[in-house]
Amino acid sequence: MINLITTYKIGELDPHLLINILKEYSKESSIKKWDMGASTSRDISVQVQQGNAKQLKGAQRNSMTLRVWNDNNQVGITSTSDLTSEGIKKAFRGAIEASLFGNENESPEFSPLARAELEALNSKVSNPHTIDELLTILKNAEKQLIESHQSIDSIPYNGLNETYMERIYINSEGANRHMKLSQSSIYLYAKAEEENKKPRSAGCIRINSNLDELDIDSCINETSKKIISHLNYKSIETNKYLICFTPAAFLQLISAFSSMFNARSIIDGLSLMNKDSIGKQISVPNLNISDEGLHPENVGAFSFDGEGTPTQNIKLVTKGKLSNLLHSEATARKFGVKPTGHAGLGAKVSVSPDWLVISKSESEIDKDESLSIKNTHKEYILIDELSAIHSGVKASQGSFSLPFDGWIVNDGKKISIEAATVAGDILNLLNSIVKIENEQIVTHQGISPHVWVENISITGEA
Amino acid sequence: MFHTFDDTLKPQIEDLLSLGKSAGADLIEIFLEKSDNISLLAEQEEISNVSPSFGIGAGIRVFLGKKDGFVSTNDLSNEGLLFALNQALGMLGLAVGTKNNVRFEGLTELKDFGTKKNEWLVNSPNLDESTFQLLTATKSLADKNKNLQVRRASYSRNWQEVLVAASDGVFARDIRLHQTVGINVIAQKDKNRSTSARRYGSSGNPDDLRKWDIEQSTCDLNESAQKMLYAGYVEAGQMPVVLANKFGGVIFHEACGHLLETTQLERGTSPFHDSINKQIAHKAVSAVDEGLSNHAFGSLSMDDEGMEPQNTLLIENGILKKFLSDRAGFLRTGHPRTGSGRRQNFSFAAASRMRNTYIQQGDFSPNELITSVDNGLYCKSMGGGSVGPTGQFNFSVEEGYLIKNGKLDKPVKGATLIGEAKEILPRISMCANDLDLAAGFCGSVSGSVNVTVGQPHIKVDSITVGGR
Repeated sequence: MINLITTYKIGELDPHLLINILKEYSKESSIKKWDMGASTSRDISVQVQQGNAKQLKGAQRNSMTLRVWNDNNQVGITSTSDLTSEGIKKAFRGAIEASLFGNENESPEFSPLARAELEALNSKVSNPHTIDELLTILKNAEKQLIESHQSIDSIPYNGLNETYMERIYINSEGANRHMKLSQSSIYLYAKAEEENKKPRSAGCIRINSNLDELDIDSCINETSKKIISHLNYKSIETNKYLICFTPAAFLQLISAFSSMFNARSIIDGLSLMNKDSIGKQISVPNLNISDEGLHPENVGAFSFDGEGTPTQNIKLVTKGKLSNLLHSEATARKFGVKPTGHAGLGAKVSVSPDWLVISKSESEIDKDESLSIKNTHKEYILIDELSAIHSGVKASQGSFSLPFDGWIVNDGKKISIEAATVAGDILNLLNSIVKIENEQIVTHQGISPHVWVENISITGEA
Repeated sequence: MFHTFDDTLKPQIEDLLSLGKSAGADLIEIFLEKSDNISLLAEQEEISNVSPSFGIGAGIRVFLGKKDGFVSTNDLSNEGLLFALNQALGMLGLAVGTKNNVRFEGLTELKDFGTKKNEWLVNSPNLDESTFQLLTATKSLADKNKNLQVRRASYSRNWQEVLVAASDGVFARDIRLHQTVGINVIAQKDKNRSTSARRYGSSGNPDDLRKWDIEQSTCDLNESAQKMLYAGYVEAGQMPVVLANKFGGVIFHEACGHLLETTQLERGTSPFHDSINKQIAHKAVSAVDEGLSNHAFGSLSMDDEGMEPQNTLLIENGILKKFLSDRAGFLRTGHPRTGSGRRQNFSFAAASRMRNTYIQQGDFSPNELITSVDNGLYCKSMGGGSVGPTGQFNFSVEEGYLIKNGKLDKPVKGATLIGEAKEILPRISMCANDLDLAAGFCGSVSGSVNVTVGQPHIKVDSITVGGR
C-alpha cells in the first residue's frame, strides 16, 4: 500500500515521517550516510484583464533532493517530486545508482555547521486569503493604474500572489532543520500609447511576507510615474556618457556578476576572480558590497541553506577590496574557512547570494561629490532597468552589452530613451564609479543607493 | 492511484470530469505527467555531477466563459486530485454538486501516440554510455587546444509521459524524449579570454547521443573559441547585418514569432493584432511554424492539450497568414487552434507557443548576401534573446565578423542586436538557399519548452548593433 505523506494535510511536510522512511530505506540498502533537503509550497495567484479575472492559479509543489554516500565515499543524488513512500524508495535507488559515478576526487561532506544553532528569524506566516480577496485587490490596482493617466491603455502583465513555503534539511547524523514562511507579491507592468507614437511600457514589483502589508499603492504610483515619464521619448546618439544606475539596476548588474564572489565559480575557473584575489582592490575604495540573507527587509529569508548551514551575513567587498567569498561546505574546506550558508544541495554543490546590500564606505571620498539624483543639473543617463541579462552578460569575461529602460536627464528634466544598449567591462565600471549616494533604497532584490559611473558606452538608434 | 497512464484510468478521470461539469464548468481539462530525467556534467577529465530526477504531477484547468482556473499538484492520489479540482472550481465560484447539470458524454477511446515509444526510455543511453561520451568530448577538446582553461560537456535526457483528458471528450496519451548535449569552453591566453558554447538536441531519437559527431562538434567549438580569443569589441551603430543559418533564426523567433502567439494577442501587446493578410515583412520572407518535423527539437505528436499539431504557414511572401493558437487563445481571440498549446510541465497551464519555427530559404547563395554589404556585421553564432511587452527585441551575438567591401574581415565580440519587430521585418531583404535548423529552449508564460529555430543565411538592411 502506498503511504502518501502529503495526505496528512495537502501541501505540508512531516519531518518525523520523512526521517523514519529514510532510516528504513538506508537500513535496507546498507547506506550509512545520507542527507535530504525537501521543500513544499502552496500558492494562489490571480491575473486580471480590463476589470475581469483572466487566469486564477493554485499550486501545490513538493520536491526532495536526496544524497547518499556509498562505501567508497562517492556521492549519488536524486531529486523527485513524488513524495509517496514508493517515490522516495525509487529516489533512494536512483541515488545509489548515481553514486557509482560520483567524483572520487571531490566528494561533498556534511556541513560542520549543520547542527549549529540558528539565528532566530522573525519570519511571519500570514493568514491565508481567498482567491476572491486577491482578485478584488488586483482589480482595484489595475483600475487605479489605468485611471492614473489617459494614455495608459492596459496592464498586460500583472499578478498578485500568496505563497506558503516549508523547507527541511535532515541527515543521518541527526541534523534536523525545518522552517516555514509566507510571501506575497504583486507586479504591474503597464502599456501606454499616444497618437502617432510608439507604445511604451514600464512596471515594478513589490514583495512582503504578509499580503496585508504589501505596499500596493506604491507599486501603482511607481508604475504610473514611470510609464508617464516614458511617453515623451527620443533616440540618443551613440557615445560615452555619465551614467546613474538606480538601486534596482545596479543590483541587477552586481547580481549578474556575482560569480566574482562565488567560491565554486572561482574553483571551476568560471569567475573573474581567482584564489589569490582576496584582499585585492577590485573597485573604487568607497564601495562596500555584502550579502545579508538575514537582513530584516529580506522577507524570503530562510535561516539555513541547502546543506543545513545557518544563513550568515557576509562582507564581500570592503572599501573596494574583495574581502570574503560565498561558500558551500566543499568550497569552504578547499579554502580553509567555514561555510557561509549560501549552498544548494547536490553532488556538486552550487553557491549563490541571498540578498545583496550595496553601501558607501563613509570613510572614503567620492570622486564627484556634487552628483545627486535630486540636484544634479548636468547631462547624464539614468538607467532604471536592464534587460536580457541571461544573454548579454559574459560573467567569466567581465563584459556586458545590455538593452535598458532609462532616461536622458538634462538640467533635471527627464526624457525617455527610445531604445539603447549599455556596454562595458564590470571591473572597469567598478573602478569608474564617481559617486555612491548615501541613501540606501530597499528593492525587491536587495538594497542599494544610486550609483554614478562615468565614461560608459551607450548605443542608441540616432 | 494515477501512476499508470493508460485507458484503465478512464472511469476515474470521467468521474472527476463529471463532477466538474456538475458544478457548472464549461470545460475541464486534466493533464497528468510522469518524468524521468538525467543530467550529467563532465568537467575537464572528470564527471562532476550525475543528477537523476523523477517527477509526477497533475494540472487541472477549468474554463467558465473566457476565464479559467488552473491548479497544479504533485499529489496524484484520488484525494489530491479531487482537492485540486475543487480548488480550481472554487476559483471560478463553482462548487461540486451545486448545479448537477451534467452534460458530459464521456471520454473518447484513448488516442495513444505513445504506443510505439514505450521502449524509448530503456533504449536511451545508460549512465555508462553517457559519461563515456562526455569524457570523450572534453578529452577531444584538450587534444585540440592547450589554451582551453575550462572544458565542459553536459548531457540531459528528459523523458515525459503525459495523459490529457477533457470534458469535450479528448483522451490522449503521449511519450516524449528530448536529449541535449551542450559543450562550452573558456579559452585563455595571456590577458585574453573567450567563451564559446554549442548545443545539440533532438526529440524522439534514443540513439541521438550515440550518433553525436563529437569530433565535428569539438572542432567547431575550438575554432570559434580560438577566433574569438583575440577578437576586439564591435563598434556600435546602425549597420547592415548578415545572420548565419541555424540559430540565426533566433531573430525571427524574438522579433516576430512571439508576437504571433495568441497569448500576446490576448494581452493586446502584439503589433500585428490586426495584420492578417497584410504585408508585415519584406516579400523575401516566408515563415512557418511546424508541429512535426522529423527529430526536430520542437516536434510534437500531440500538443499539451491533446491536439495533433499542424504545420502552420505564418507569413507568405511578407504577408501575415496565421497566428499560433491554443485552447484559451481560441476562446479569447477567435483564432483557430493550431496544436500549439504547450507547457513546460504539469505546473503550468498550456499557452500558445512556437514549435519548429523558421524562415524559408530563398534563391541566393550565402556569399551573395555577404558581397552585397560594404560595411556591416556577419553574425555567425548567436546567443539568447528576448522580446519586450511592446515588441522591442534583442539578442546577443556570440561570434561575429566585420564585413568590409563585401568580404569577411576580423572577428568581433560584445555585440547585441536590438530593434522593433514592425521595423525589422521589412528590412530582411535577402534569404539564402541554405536553410538549417537548431535546437533551443524558449521561456515564456507556460515555462521553458523545447523549440527549433531556423533560417537560411539572411540579410537585414539595417539594425542597431550595441557594442562599445
